Amino acid sequence: MELIFFILFGAIATGGAIMVVTRRHPMASALYLILTLFAVAALFVLRQAHFLAAIQVIVYAGAVVVLFIFVIMLINVPDDRLPVERTTVLRVLGVIAAGLLLLESAVAARRFGMPKAPASDSGSVEAVGRALFTDYLLAFEVTSVLLLAAVIGAIALAKKKA
Amino acid sequence: MVQPSAYLLLSAILFGIGVVGVVARRNILIILMSVELMLNGVNVAFVAAGSYLGSATGGIFAFMVMTVAAAEAAVGLALLIALYRLKETIDITELRILKW
Repeated sequence: MELIFFILFGAIATGGAIMVVTRRHPMASALYLILTLFAVAALFVLRQAHFLAAIQVIVYAGAVVVLFIFVIMLINVPDDRLPVERTTVLRVLGVIAAGLLLLESAVAARRFGMPKAPASDSGSVEAVGRALFTDYLLAFEVTSVLLLAAVIGAIALAKKKA
Repeated sequence: MVQPSAYLLLSAILFGIGVVGVVARRNILIILMSVELMLNGVNVAFVAAGSYLGSATGGIFAFMVMTVAAAEAAVGLALLIALYRLKETIDITELRILKW
């Protein structure tokens, strides 16, 4: 059962990801990105990581992609002024290098084995919350500083010069 | 029962597609989205490892990666808006004012 859903959502995520990088208009890419993020959230549910699946939908599909769509509409580049993709030697070499990276990580992933742990609810809200507010409390608090810096930075960068 | 390596393979595929998007596209918006794809691929590996090892640490790492991704998207898009005001383009090859 898990295998069927893994193949289904894995295929959706992979197909959506390919569409994200191949579409000409960024709006189409953003919509396919939402599809991919939802499929990855479904994979998190398959791994019993319910908290992260919810966060994935709320933060990624809900906030990050909406931010992308907002910016696409805000700058509203006319169709004829979208960058024209040209095939250059550097670009082809880059794609070949990316393919080699994929091949290497696939070989590494295939060799990788994990000890069989007893089934646990390590992805539940309770387990994640307990770890987050005890062992990883400092990292969690530093995260809020990072977000504050990002907010101030974004406002300072996007603000019109007075 | 799905093998852990299947999740790692999917993670590598998502990351690889993201790398292709970053190196092969010229549209900055799509490059930023490809970076999000790469971060998501890494998250798949973290969550799968955490759940197969029965530890919440994998989920915590994925949580941190999501935070960084959200911050990166906010700052990246702010930079993009500032650049678009300045140069009226979202083509990465046209943005070379630092190139000698």
